[in-house]
Amino acid sequence: MYNVVRKEQLGEVVTLLELEAPAIAAKAQAGQFVIVRLAEYSERIPLTLSDWDADRGTITIIFQHAGRSTEELACVEVGESIRDLAGPLGKATEVEKFGTVVCIGGGIGVAELRPIAKAMKAAGNKVISIVGARDKSLLILEDDMRKASCELHITTDNGSYGRKGFVSNVLQEIMDSGQKIDIIYAIGPVPMMRVIADQTRPAGIKTLVCLDAIMIDGTGMCGACRVTVDGKTKFTCVDGPDFDAHQINWEELVTRKKMYIPQEKEASRHYHEGCCGRCRK
Amino acid sequence: MSKNMRSREPMPHQDPKDRITNFTEVALGYSEEQAVGEAQRCLNCKKKPCITGCPVEVAIPDFIKLVAERDFKGAITKIKETNALPAICGRVCPQEEQCEKYCILGKRGEPVAIGRLERFVADWEAANNGKDGACSASKAAQSAERIAKVAVVGAGPAGLTAAGELAGMGYDVTVFEALHESGGVLAYGIPPFRLPRTILKREIEYIKSLGASIETNSIVGKLYTLRELLNSGYSAIFIGTGAGLPQFMGIPGENLNGVYSANEYLTRINLMKAYMFPTHPTPIRVGRKVAVIGAGNVAMDAARCSLRMGAEEVTIVYRRSRTEMPARAEEIENAEEEGVKFSLLTAPLKFNGDENGYVKSMECIRMELGEPDASGRRRPVPVEGSEYTADVDTVVIAIGQSPNPVVRQSEPGLETTRWGGIVVDEETMATSIPGIYAGGDTVTGAATVITAMGAGKKAARAMDKYIKDKLRKS
Ligand SMILES: Cc1cc2nc3c(=O)[nH]c(=O)nc-3n(C[C@H](O)[C@H](O)[C@H](O)COP(=O)(O)OP(=O)(O)OC[C@H]3O[C@@H](n4cnc5c(N)ncnc54)[C@H](O)[C@@H]3O)c2cc1C
Ligand SMILES: Cc1cc2nc3c(=O)[nH]c(=O)nc-3n(C[C@H](O)[C@H](O)[C@H](O)COP(=O)(O)OP(=O)(O)OC[C@H]3O[C@@H](n4cnc5c(N)ncnc54)[C@H](O)[C@@H]3O)c2cc1C
Ligand code: SF4
Ligand code: SF4
Ligand code: FES
Repeated sequence: MYNVVRKEQLGEVVTLLELEAPAIAAKAQAGQFVIVRLAEYSERIPLTLSDWDADRGTITIIFQHAGRSTEELACVEVGESIRDLAGPLGKATEVEKFGTVVCIGGGIGVAELRPIAKAMKAAGNKVISIVGARDKSLLILEDDMRKASCELHITTDNGSYGRKGFVSNVLQEIMDSGQKIDIIYAIGPVPMMRVIADQTRPAGIKTLVCLDAIMIDGTGMCGACRVTVDGKTKFTCVDGPDFDAHQINWEELVTRKKMYIPQEKEASRHYHEGCCGRCRK
Repeated sequence: MSKNMRSREPMPHQDPKDRITNFTEVALGYSEEQAVGEAQRCLNCKKKPCITGCPVEVAIPDFIKLVAERDFKGAITKIKETNALPAICGRVCPQEEQCEKYCILGKRGEPVAIGRLERFVADWEAANNGKDGACSASKAAQSAERIAKVAVVGAGPAGLTAAGELAGMGYDVTVFEALHESGGVLAYGIPPFRLPRTILKREIEYIKSLGASIETNSIVGKLYTLRELLNSGYSAIFIGTGAGLPQFMGIPGENLNGVYSANEYLTRINLMKAYMFPTHPTPIRVGRKVAVIGAGNVAMDAARCSLRMGAEEVTIVYRRSRTEMPARAEEIENAEEEGVKFSLLTAPLKFNGDENGYVKSMECIRMELGEPDASGRRRPVPVEGSEYTADVDTVVIAIGQSPNPVVRQSEPGLETTRWGGIVVDEETMATSIPGIYAGGDTVTGAATVITAMGAGKKAARAMDKYIKDKLRKS
């Protein structure tokens, strides 16, 4: 059992939970994730370690209400607990002094980007962050990202906050300005990561992305999370989740992520027939 | 020899028509009368050849004699002297390859049904626990004083056995298990209709009652490294992490939606209980026509689960012939009775997908058997021009597993083979790092429950000696 010690609503459809997990907090590194299983009957779902505090013995997860399991998780309150929490999983992001690092986050990806930007800055890099959302109401962690970066750019698709446009527009400007970029790290919806991969490939800028394949165990045992990278099958949970954006078979990833849409809808409908409805307010 | 001596008591089963609609146990177990009748067939041979076939050396004639005398409590106590998981072994051991293979009666007729009797006795104990003054055999003369702390990595049959043995010897044992549930393959692979989960849980509780504690959700190599465990007060470590890494064939279309590794397929169904979807919301997609590639126990389990999940046609696709199928005869029979089809001497070449990326057909080629290969089995060779395409909407690949790499990646000093198995001294199960021992599938590659248990037991003895020697010197 893992107790919830803090809960925050970071917007209408995004929830933060801080959980007591001292052993994981002592080991966590930027880029790693945990597998969460709310109750005896629940799915195992992967969520990035968005923050951790070894002294307090806690970890923080931030998640978007995407379907049944995340909606149910959003209903857990401080003082209640989560049944299973396994981690830290996945390879940690390689953090070293590269020079100039551009960190790009879209939507909920910003929660996953924060620890990486923070670690890159601590390693002595010039961290330029670009974060985007569809609308101002969906933008999260602005203050934290400001702290974690040397320079922060914000975009919204509809212009309700920051610059109107996409994160890729800002990246293009930085690239066009002739500024040397040593490495780019991007996390967000697949279409966003794909656009960035296409943008940086001709310029030969090393670009890493964090993939969110469907997972079960997260320990390399099932192969559900397989992706094709450079023509080879890789398991996202143990070989990733970071991969070279220029080598990924995106088409396959998009298809595999859609595998269970009908079942996800049914699971959600079944849940909402019996739930309090707060998550769908 | 009378006819009665030649043939064993038959095992009552759920009717195949009914059982493919549920996940409850197929084999129903002996009644007391049947068990006593079967036990009376045993000749109580002086030389006990049957025991040589059992990796944990169950005192077979002794416990069977007690069954024949209706002393069931005595029988379970006798079994538990050497085997802490009898209800599991009685169900899943390939007895025809182990103890029963060496039974004298097998020369002229059917061997004594040792596994079924073992199962009967264990189930009898569960049913009569407390009632009849029966209680769990107390090997755990648990002294408050513990000799030293030891760690076990992985709560599969190898790890659980090592843990039980070490706890019984007076060690303070902690088992670290990666998943949220203990049992290893017994929990995520073998379906409940072969091994009901209440029985698995009961035998795991017994291991705990001997004094071992289990920490689930603890991935060694990630949460703690082996070195950290050794440095934080554990005097020795046993690694029983199994062979969990699924192998794929490397043919086109393997990553299409609807193409599963057997591990994923069985984990979704058996560990995550997708057969109770949507109450248990882990999804699975079982189509109308399922092809299972491979013919081992894993393949039979995947095929039989598919029927129970509602598939209309389930076919085992295997590149060799019937005689080479590695699954237990009993499992093949069960699968056939339930309506699983067999496409033998056939190999898949390619999977084709529909416009949405789901598998829709499979290209195959016929094979014929050529000269024997390194394994001694005749090598399958493709028959030119025999290619054909079959419609399928789910494919399960059950061609084998390799050892999981997480532990060895975190410990470069651990010597491993080319295929990732941990190298051990076969006498002691000691690895290349002093104080670290290993056994089960992670050493042998995919094998059996009872060989994994035997390895756990052997390692426990060596660990005990290692620790005591060290304590003596210090
Ligand atoms: C390594 C890793 C780290 C992740 N970190 C985070 C995180 O920090 N915060 C967060 O909000 N999410 C994260 N995700 C995604 C998260 O696991 C999914 O959103 C979650 O499993 C959805 O479960 P659900 O039952 O609520 O929704 P479902 O009912 O399963 O899905 C609803 C819809 O959400 C989308 N979806 C489903 N699964 C995924 C997935 N794996 N990734 C992306 N979209 C999906 C699909 O469009 C689907 O139709 C991460 C995924 C991975 C693999
Ligand atoms: C579907 C299927 C059916 C089978 N049927 C039979 C049968 O009928 N009869 C038979 O005798 N055998 C059968 N087998 C084979 C048998 O189950 C295995 O040989 C046996 O389980 C091996 O035991 P083990 O303890 O070595 O490993 P496993 O049972 O694989 O257990 C290993 C455990 O270690 C855990 N682990 C792995 N890595 C880590 C880590 N880094 N940290 C912590 N924990 C970790 C895993 O989660 C797992 O729980 C079957 C196998 C399968 C897959
Ligand atoms: S444990 Fe397995 S091999 Fe040993 S006697 Fe029992 S059934 Fe036979
Ligand atoms: S070999 Fe067969 S008959 Fe002889 S003791 Fe063993 S089980 Fe009994
Ligand atoms: S989630 Fe099972 S192997 Fe990656």
